[in-house]
Amino acid sequence: MYELHAVTKRYSRKGKQVSALDGVDLTIDDGEFLAIQGPTGSGKTTLLEVLGGLVRPSSGSVLCAGTDMARLGEARLGDLRRTMFGFVFQHFNLIPTLSAQENVELALVPTGVSSAERRSRALSALAEVGLERRGGHLPSEMSGGEQQRTAIARALVRSPRVILADEPTGNLDERTRDEIIDLLTALWREREQTIIVVTHDSTVAGQASQRVWVEGGRIRVHEDRPSTEGVMSFPPEGFTQPAPVVALAGAAGGES
Amino acid sequence: MYFTYLFRELRRRHRQAMLVSLGLALGVALVIVVSATSLGVKDAQDEVLHGLYGIGTDITVTKDAEANSQGSLKFGMAAQTDDPDLVGEAFTQDRLVPTPGWDLVSDERVPTLGNLTGVGSSAGGLMLTSLRISGTYTESSSTSGDGSGSGSGSSSGSSTPPAIDVTSYSIAGIDVADQAIGPMSSADVTKGRRFEAGEANAKVAVIDAGYAKQNALAVGDTLTIAETPFEIIGISESATAPANVFVPLERAQTLADAAGQVNQIYVRAEDSGLIAQVEEEILDAYSGVTVTTAQNLADQVNGSLSSASGIAATLGKWLAIAALVASVAVASLLTLSGVSRRVREFGTLKAIGFRSRRIVAQVMGESFVQGVAGGAVGAALGYGITQLVARLTPALEATTSMAGQSAAGGGGGGRLASVAQTVTVPLEAPVSLGLLALAIGLAVAGALVAGGIGGWRASRLSPAVALRRVD
Repeated sequence: MYELHAVTKRYSRKGKQVSALDGVDLTIDDGEFLAIQGPTGSGKTTLLEVLGGLVRPSSGSVLCAGTDMARLGEARLGDLRRTMFGFVFQHFNLIPTLSAQENVELALVPTGVSSAERRSRALSALAEVGLERRGGHLPSEMSGGEQQRTAIARALVRSPRVILADEPTGNLDERTRDEIIDLLTALWREREQTIIVVTHDSTVAGQASQRVWVEGGRIRVHEDRPSTEGVMSFPPEGFTQPAPVVALAGAAGGES
Repeated sequence: MYFTYLFRELRRRHRQAMLVSLGLALGVALVIVVSATSLGVKDAQDEVLHGLYGIGTDITVTKDAEANSQGSLKFGMAAQTDDPDLVGEAFTQDRLVPTPGWDLVSDERVPTLGNLTGVGSSAGGLMLTSLRISGTYTESSSTSGDGSGSGSGSSSGSSTPPAIDVTSYSIAGIDVADQAIGPMSSADVTKGRRFEAGEANAKVAVIDAGYAKQNALAVGDTLTIAETPFEIIGISESATAPANVFVPLERAQTLADAAGQVNQIYVRAEDSGLIAQVEEEILDAYSGVTVTTAQNLADQVNGSLSSASGIAATLGKWLAIAALVASVAVASLLTLSGVSRRVREFGTLKAIGFRSRRIVAQVMGESFVQGVAGGAVGAALGYGITQLVARLTPALEATTSMAGQSAAGGGGGGRLASVAQTVTVPLEAPVSLGLLALAIGLAVAGALVAGGIGGWRASRLSPAVALRRVD
């Protein structure tokens, strides 16, 4: 699915160049559930953005289904986002004036499908995340868990090949977090989609088929099929110190 | 989905939306008020000029009276007597004279002027003044006055001023074959009818409504002018009443013993752009004549009407433009501010695949609705303020020295003198559908400019911001 070679991402801040990614090599197979972990400011969100075509790397190649996203213009990246990716955000990013169903439908608007089909597919996606009776509610009328389920339904409704999630449980309490983890895991197993999750949460990472530890803009550890026991001890000894690229958080507008 | 999203977003941010709409509304309202007032002032000016000049007339040709000719009219009678039998007796004398100030010229010039290049049509006119002098004889003193004077009803004698009264009214002899130009053209015949082509020498008259009311005259009544009875066939109304009575030209010439003569020639150019050229041609063809165009006349109009016209044309125009620019600038800033608060929203839309143009369309759509709302409110506001301005503004006065004579009484005799004429015109500020449409169009255009700027800003946002922005 993905092949990343020597990917770097540099930002300019006050005339100084700072590296968010510094020579990342990574291969992700189709149908994998990848957890990206690392300390704050390590570059994990930037890596997710590169994988989702939200930012172009400064150098290196990002092959996605055979297409080098590093060489695509904004319009072609937009096409890829529309056809291949679904995004789930930490803060849900639902449109507050639209109901749950309308928020899910919104993801289908760029694809040009009819309104009847939009409605039908949105209801199916909501049913898939257990919100078939909450479609008419506004985000403000829903709990955090329900809002994140709605966001997941919005990501699923186009049946993308890859779902990219940035701290999907970061704003949820423990019980709701478990519900969302169970939902993502179930969807991954049923749909066999590629899921890439940035998380600080070891419980989320414990469900992944692969996990990487990012620190200082580089992948320090890449682990296949982590055992439940291993989850609790990840990252390995020696990789828990704060990353030296904390300053990048401001440069990129937030955590990176 | 587009409209659902659009209207709900506007409802969510209704305070900002209302502020943008209100800003545009104020700008538009000011444009309407200034435009309507300017138009009203222009209409008032046109009304004055047309009344003095004739709606269809571009140029009036006259020949100024030479000194000691008709510019100063001797009444030729004495109100003082040496005959003791006449002292205390009443006297009355009627006189009909060509209006002083202009010499009579042959009416053969009318078709000649009509044949000049660029002239569409021409017509002759004979302006007459009917005077009635009445009073009581007084005993003559050693130095009797000559009876000259000016000013209605006033008198001035050398010793014992005789009590005399002078009344006058104006008569316009018009070419019944072409009533579209000349003084009759600005008159609106509200009762009865106009002259017919076959009435070139008929004893028929159309009288001004004010004069008719003053003298209790109506259609079908008889008006006697210089001992000749005229049937009143119509009552006319116009703002400035260029004459009290209109009669056919030939009949006027007969009355004034001025056969084949006129003292005004009205000329209409084929095109308004040719007026200056025609003016020059006339001056070349006939030396010594005075050529008056509407522009000449407008330049000589002064008083509150002229002041209002100046204010509307300069200050008002720039004020309206400034207000409109300011309202669009405020709308743009508010829209940009709104976009800045919606960075995460627009970033999310881009992340889920919305094209930039779709985001621009979203922002512009919201601005369009605000523009329409602002335009509608502004149109209503502007209309209301305009009506209020028209109602509260005192009537405008225009003074021109080009026309108008008044009769005056003097001891024993009389004399006419040309004076400036002041016309009072109520200000009407017409708000046409076209103006309202223009105002709403300006509001929408302004909103679209603001929306375009905001949309452009939104479309340039990086979708990565959606992942990072915490509102």
